[in-house]
Amino acid sequence: MSEPLTIAVSKGRILEEALPLLARAGIVPREDPARSRRLVLETSRPDVRLLVIRAADVPTYVRHGAAELGIAGRDVLLEQGSEGLYVPLDLGIARCRMMVAGRPGAEIPRRRLRVATKYVNVTRRHYAAKGEQVEIIKLYGSMELAPLVGLADRIVDLVDTGRTLAANGLAPLEHIADISSRLVVNRAAMKVRNAAVRALVAELERAVTADAPAAEGAAHG
Amino acid sequence: MDARRWILPEGIEEILPEEAARIEALRRRLLDRFRAWGYELVIPPFVEHLETLLTGVGHALEPHTLKLTDPLSGRILGIRPDMTPQAARIEARRLRREGPVRLCYLGTVLRARPEWPGGTRSPLQVGAELYGHAGAEADLEVLLLMLETLAETGVREVHVDLGHVGIFRALARRAGLDAESEATLFEALQRKALPELRELIAGLEAGGEARALAAIEALAGLHGGPEVLEEARRALAGLGDEVEEALGRLMRLVEGLARHGRREPVHVDLAELRGYRYHTGVVFGAFVPGHGQDVARGGRYDDIGAAFGRARPATGFSADLRMLACLAEEAGASGPAPAGGILAPFGDDPALLAEVRARRARGERVVWALPGQPDDPAACGCDRMLVREGGAWVVKEAGGTGGQGSSA
Repeated sequence: MSEPLTIAVSKGRILEEALPLLARAGIVPREDPARSRRLVLETSRPDVRLLVIRAADVPTYVRHGAAELGIAGRDVLLEQGSEGLYVPLDLGIARCRMMVAGRPGAEIPRRRLRVATKYVNVTRRHYAAKGEQVEIIKLYGSMELAPLVGLADRIVDLVDTGRTLAANGLAPLEHIADISSRLVVNRAAMKVRNAAVRALVAELERAVTADAPAAEGAAHG
Repeated sequence: MDARRWILPEGIEEILPEEAARIEALRRRLLDRFRAWGYELVIPPFVEHLETLLTGVGHALEPHTLKLTDPLSGRILGIRPDMTPQAARIEARRLRREGPVRLCYLGTVLRARPEWPGGTRSPLQVGAELYGHAGAEADLEVLLLMLETLAETGVREVHVDLGHVGIFRALARRAGLDAESEATLFEALQRKALPELRELIAGLEAGGEARALAAIEALAGLHGGPEVLEEARRALAGLGDEVEEALGRLMRLVEGLARHGRREPVHVDLAELRGYRYHTGVVFGAFVPGHGQDVARGGRYDDIGAAFGRARPATGFSADLRMLACLAEEAGASGPAPAGGILAPFGDDPALLAEVRARRARGERVVWALPGQPDDPAACGCDRMLVREGGAWVVKEAGGTGGQGSSA
């Protein structure tokens, strides 16, 4: 048998929601990925293994060919671009929205708006499209704090239920994009190992469609 | 000393002797091979007026071009990010010959950003272009030359990828897409982003045939072995002569490769539109397992000379010589044998001078041991020494017990 196909996936919500999907395609990790310290996990299928890495690193690993496939949030793909990758499938998991948020009713400052985000490129494109000049402050987490302490007027972040925003006195102001996890595929792998890769993509697609009603429900919940 | 002083810019490399020797050996073999196929070497300039560099198809290269101001003329110069348009300019403006023209080139190009994270910004681009013939035969010739180039590296497993940008172009025209929708669809198709493609197509008001729009979506799934071409014939039937012609040409290429005894597996991908803004027909690439991106690429770009006043059919390929040398090393192809050499004591004995001159003339490597230098042949990459024995200068194995004079 040829080399197994490797799927890169990130810990946390994406992994949690990807596991049932993968299980429907007969892919079950041999050890609990949430507990294991191992970064490469064998699965119940000898032809598939998982690589557990950080979400923002998934496109890099797949582009490089270290993993033939990957599960990446659309937010990461929008931010980093998907040059050199194929994105054939919306897995419909880890759904949320990318939004601009701020303190409702706060006065609009006369100076340039300061926007805190970890999605610097998306934010730049969003405001440029509106023709608005803003200062972007790159943060790595806890964006909600920035408007509270006067570091920024707005944030651009993922919003799921909106409870974290509300708890910090913020409200969603503008919708930028609907986010869900996408299957990404290395360009060379799709060409060099076309049959194996396509078969796996098709299996995952069936797993997604089998799950579609539930996912629709969750999106509106 | 401050270490920052000798750090090179990101994506810019210097090549040390061992790798340089391997690259140079491969460079010679490749240029000989191109010559054997009738390709003439041209040496385009490293910088040009930005305007010239970006004329016509070069426009797609604008974001990749490093610019500087020429203190002599005050004009903006650009450093070439790709030599293909330069070769086309030379062909159109300087040679102006009738009939097919075959050119090849090799040189450093500079890109504003690497093609992928950690990639180089200064590839050693090597390529060959065939002008003046619009037929599938010319595409086949260039494709075969690309495969021979790769074979020269000794790499064992090469996969050929074939596509044709004319199919998408024809469908986009038939569907009556405006430039903006065409660009968006192109972008999604390039990534085989089916969900987005479906969404985009659903939201489009087709100015033309709805069937052509549906066919664009179908392109995303049309990839696999050469049997895809049959599948495509069925899926794209009745969508015009251009589509038919493109599929026919791809089929002729597949057959042509087999006829020429090429055994590389062929992958057909009708959504492969790399270099779309530049290419007008067949596009192809070569993939090697273990490399996430193509290692050589090319295709037909018939309009390229038009901006220079001479629209000629053109087809060609290029690769990064450093990448090719890296493939050669991975394939275990032996690089140039370690040179070895003869260490000669510095002196002015006419017999010694004559001996050194004669050996160098025969292509042997003779290195002077400069006065005050430790008498260690290995330090100069030498394995033998010139020593005086009786009245004559003879070569001895270095470090040996002596006595085995070898004049070979």
